[in-house]
Amino acid sequence: MRATLRLLRSMKPYRKLIGLDWFAMACLVAADLAIPRMLQTTIDRGILRRDVSMIWQSVLVMVGLIVVSAAATAGITVFSVRVSQSFAADLRRDLFAHILSLSPGNLDRWQTGQLMTRLSSDIAQIAQFVFMTMRMFLRAPLMIVGSLVLMALTNWQLALIMLVLMPATLLVFVVYANKAQPLFIQVQRQLDRLNTAFQENLAGVRVVKAFVRARHENERFEALNTDLMERNIRVGHFLAILLPILRYLVSLGIVAVIALGGVLAVRGSLAIGQIIAFNSYLLWVMMALTNLGMMVGFISASDASAQRIFEVLDEAPKVSDSPSAMPLPRGEGHLALERVTFSYDGEGREAVLQEITLAARPGETVALLGATGSGKSSLISLLPRFYDVQEGRVLMDGLDVREVTLDSLRAQIGLVPQETILFSGTIRDNIRYGRPEASDEEVIAAAQAAQAHDFIMSFPDGYDTLVGQRGVNLSGGQKQRLAIARALLMNPRLLILDDATSSVDVETEAKIQAALDAFKAGRTIFLVAQRISSVLGADKIVVLDRGRIAALGSHRQLMATSPLYCEIYRSQLGNAIGGA
Amino acid sequence: MDDKRLDGRASRREGPRAAGATQASGAQPTMGMPAPGMRGARAVEKARDPQKVLRRLLAYLRPEAWPIAGVTVLVVLTTGLELAGPYLVGVAIDRFIARSDLAGLMRVVLLMVGVYTLAWLAQYRQSYQMVAITQRVLRVLRRDLFQHLQTLSLRFFDQRPTGELMSRLSNDIDAINRVLSQSVVELAASLLTLIGMVGVMLALNVWLALGALVILPLMLWFTLHMGRGTRRGFQQVQANLGRLNALMEENIGGIRVVQAFRRQGATLAAFDRANTATRDASIRAQLLLTLLRPMLMVFSNLDIVVIAGLGGWLALRGMVSVGVIATFVLYARRFFEPLLTLADLYNSIQSALAGAERVFEILDQVPEVRDRPGATELTDLRGHVAFEGVYFSYVKGVPVLQDVSFVAEPGQVVALVGPTGAGKTTLVNLLARFYDVDQGAILVDGHDIREIKQDSLRRQLGIVLQDTFLFSDTVMENIRYGRLEASDEEVIAAARLANADQFIQRLPEGYQTQLSERAGTLSQGQRQLLAIARAILSDPRILILDEATSSVDTRTEVQIQQALLNLMKGRTSLVIAHRLSTIRNADQVLVMDGGRIVERGTHESLLAQRGFYYRLYMSQFARAELSPAQEPSLAEPPPSLATD
Repeated sequence: MRATLRLLRSMKPYRKLIGLDWFAMACLVAADLAIPRMLQTTIDRGILRRDVSMIWQSVLVMVGLIVVSAAATAGITVFSVRVSQSFAADLRRDLFAHILSLSPGNLDRWQTGQLMTRLSSDIAQIAQFVFMTMRMFLRAPLMIVGSLVLMALTNWQLALIMLVLMPATLLVFVVYANKAQPLFIQVQRQLDRLNTAFQENLAGVRVVKAFVRARHENERFEALNTDLMERNIRVGHFLAILLPILRYLVSLGIVAVIALGGVLAVRGSLAIGQIIAFNSYLLWVMMALTNLGMMVGFISASDASAQRIFEVLDEAPKVSDSPSAMPLPRGEGHLALERVTFSYDGEGREAVLQEITLAARPGETVALLGATGSGKSSLISLLPRFYDVQEGRVLMDGLDVREVTLDSLRAQIGLVPQETILFSGTIRDNIRYGRPEASDEEVIAAAQAAQAHDFIMSFPDGYDTLVGQRGVNLSGGQKQRLAIARALLMNPRLLILDDATSSVDVETEAKIQAALDAFKAGRTIFLVAQRISSVLGADKIVVLDRGRIAALGSHRQLMATSPLYCEIYRSQLGNAIGGA
Repeated sequence: MDDKRLDGRASRREGPRAAGATQASGAQPTMGMPAPGMRGARAVEKARDPQKVLRRLLAYLRPEAWPIAGVTVLVVLTTGLELAGPYLVGVAIDRFIARSDLAGLMRVVLLMVGVYTLAWLAQYRQSYQMVAITQRVLRVLRRDLFQHLQTLSLRFFDQRPTGELMSRLSNDIDAINRVLSQSVVELAASLLTLIGMVGVMLALNVWLALGALVILPLMLWFTLHMGRGTRRGFQQVQANLGRLNALMEENIGGIRVVQAFRRQGATLAAFDRANTATRDASIRAQLLLTLLRPMLMVFSNLDIVVIAGLGGWLALRGMVSVGVIATFVLYARRFFEPLLTLADLYNSIQSALAGAERVFEILDQVPEVRDRPGATELTDLRGHVAFEGVYFSYVKGVPVLQDVSFVAEPGQVVALVGPTGAGKTTLVNLLARFYDVDQGAILVDGHDIREIKQDSLRRQLGIVLQDTFLFSDTVMENIRYGRLEASDEEVIAAARLANADQFIQRLPEGYQTQLSERAGTLSQGQRQLLAIARAILSDPRILILDEATSSVDTRTEVQIQQALLNLMKGRTSLVIAHRLSTIRNADQVLVMDGGRIVERGTHESLLAQRGFYYRLYMSQFARAELSPAQEPSLAEPPPSLATD
């Protein structure tokens, strides 16, 4: 509940609307409570005493009460909708802005899907909670207390019925919470299993077909499917017993009022109109009680949502500007790593990089080579300071990257990530993503260097072609070339290519290489490659092995000095030759 | 408070609906009602041909005809009994309380207890049955969907993202669930209640009934009118929400790029625009939706005033009794519930029909690759493979393979090389008959594969893909997937041959280690070893192998090489080769480019040709040798290779 309380505290900006909402609720409860009373007056003092003016009088009052309740209802609706939606929008903004400020080290904990759940369904859940709270929270208890007081005032003996009815209703809720919830959870788990099986069959459709396993999979699915059905039926049967009880209780309450009220009426201590009013109050109480029960169930769900949201909001960015950070002057692109040790958990356990020392002069190309998991991508992500090192330093033009502002550091880096990410919009927007003010000529020049201009011009809309869901389908190689153009347009001191040409065909890759050669004067290029052929032309080749530099030098030096390099070289270029 | 009457359909409606949603969609198991936004949002889509969908849906209900008839009887019974309650209240007041007949009062009270108890039991029975009916129908629907998907060809799956198909199983079947489990019964009960109430009121007192019913058409009009506005509003909400979600998703997914290119500010500004638009649309739409219920409540209160006023006036003239007025008041309190149900139902029925239509759309897909009538079983294969003038395209007019012909003798290794997009993967897909050729033929042991039963063809094929797919099951079961009836010992023997035994033994629970779907615990190399073990176990005559492009550590690399040699021994192998060693070992190398076989021969003969393969080889494997100091000389092997 702590998260819920914190949530409610953060609603301060809406104090005024909430106050109005409470006022409207009080009005509504008063009107709702008065109507049965007036009905009673109409019957007992008007109809039964044959007093026409009394009937018209009370009817007029009732019409007035209905106007009040209509106005109050409209008010509550407007206030609660406005506050809940605005609050949700605010919360979503805070959350999204916070996510944007987090560093990859924070975000590794959650998958995009998990964050999306928080931004969409959890926020929706909170909005719903606020909405329900503003419509019910004050109203239901007021309604219960008010009805009970009026019932007791009307006839205290009759009011005793509620002493049986209310605990019985609560008992139903307790049973529901204790018995039904675990059944729901079981159904949920089984549903997850079924979904997993389904999804595996979609993702692994080739394997299923290749091994002729359709029948096997059908049987597997059918077993899960039948189990799910049985569990669903079990829950359904349980609810079929439980839920009608609530209505049955109300009906029995009405019967009790008629029976007991009838006896009292016959003895003359109760009027008929009072019996009718009493029934109305009984319904009010039971309705409010049901709503409160729902509310309680709702609180636990929305509290879980609030917790998930706060979990993200409370995460402090792992990488941020230090108070004394200065802008990085536009330097030459000298880069150095000094005895760098790094691990993702931040505590130096299972270090992915150990004691890395490496320097690159402007104009140099440094290639990183190594098996999957050897630390290439980790090393690369230290340069734009996606992560901070645990030991050692990363220096850009002699300044520790932790001592300069993130903004000024990243302004000098052009990154082409391993997984190409484009944003919905035009091709032009995507290329000038890092420099929105770039001119069309600059965009075209960058695209030409990245060997993207020709294919862009082959689209009917050229640079205005939309990419993304509503746009053209670009091939992997085309996307990579746009990503390269985007990075080149930044005119960076340091260019990072993380396996950036893996989907580009060989001839285009050669052209890109040539363009990069022309570009690299006065800049530093870091590149990661899987294919050994892509790294052979680099000034420095760094061979990484389990987070350490196993060898460093040019291709020639390494062929002469590093057995590991020779081994990689041979394994890719053919060890059969060795045996031949 | 959401203005629901407990004595009406309210408690019945909310509880099981929330439960229904939980059963299928996995909403949190609370008694909460569905979010109004959600409810409205679902109604956006409409079935294109509702009648046809309905007919097919009814076909699924046909086996349940008798149980449904039973439920119908129970619904009528429940409704009748519930209508009797307020009537008896009136009777008790007029005939017994007003006349001080205590014995009579007790009789009618007992009758009421009986009526309500019966109503309770009937309702319990009805829900009990309906739950089972619904779940049985859904089970059949899910089964049909899954089994049909198994028969569909790969082209179908190529065209649809996994998420979209998943949504058929979860969202669409869930929508059907909601309607079947709740709405159908509710619809019937609501209509019956409405008709019943009108009937009883007219029978009790025509004038008072006419007065009380005046308001009904007004409520009906109001409900329908608001419903339309709400639907339009929620369409806008959906559209806005879609844009907002897309924006959030792509920026979170690409957060590194956002940060590397310092676009946080611009991104946040775009987000603010979308967020504000969504908020404003939601406020508009939800206001309409939320106002409906309380406004109907106001109407029903108004009705009570009419009843009190008119009833009083009539009573003074002796034309109506107080008990009848009491009955009318109790009915009036329930007037708006059937209306609300109708308004809600319209939305959920629409989305259920739309969902069902999408499910049926899949069920109507005809498998592209089918066994011909009279297709033969393939037994005792030698492993002779021939492509004869094969043409193929995924999309009409965009040829992917053109005039591909070659022959692989039993036991031969054929290496496919060429740049990305040359058609290598397509070629092996055709051999497995994942697709049918457009023109030409593929022959296995002289039989056109279209004349062979798919299953019997694929049983003879072993396929090791680059990205090894593992199921969330144990290591043991994942290998056994190659041959389901294999014993544990056979599985372990296969793992040994595949060089996988060593690392499996080191796993926390050895062969019983549970793998997750993406198998994050295993390295790519290890996963490929498992795939090789799987293929060894299935002991195919023909092997299709897609070598991994990414490098693994050297030790694993050597193990994979050895395992592959073990695997290829004595089998006809078609290999998409990325390693020079594989290419050099191949009996023939097919060089592909732009969907054609441009060169063929052995590694040496191809190099000697100094054609496409030579250039490919130079750029792929020997760029270093192109350094200016050195003239590429391939009359002799590249210098570094010669050092060995």
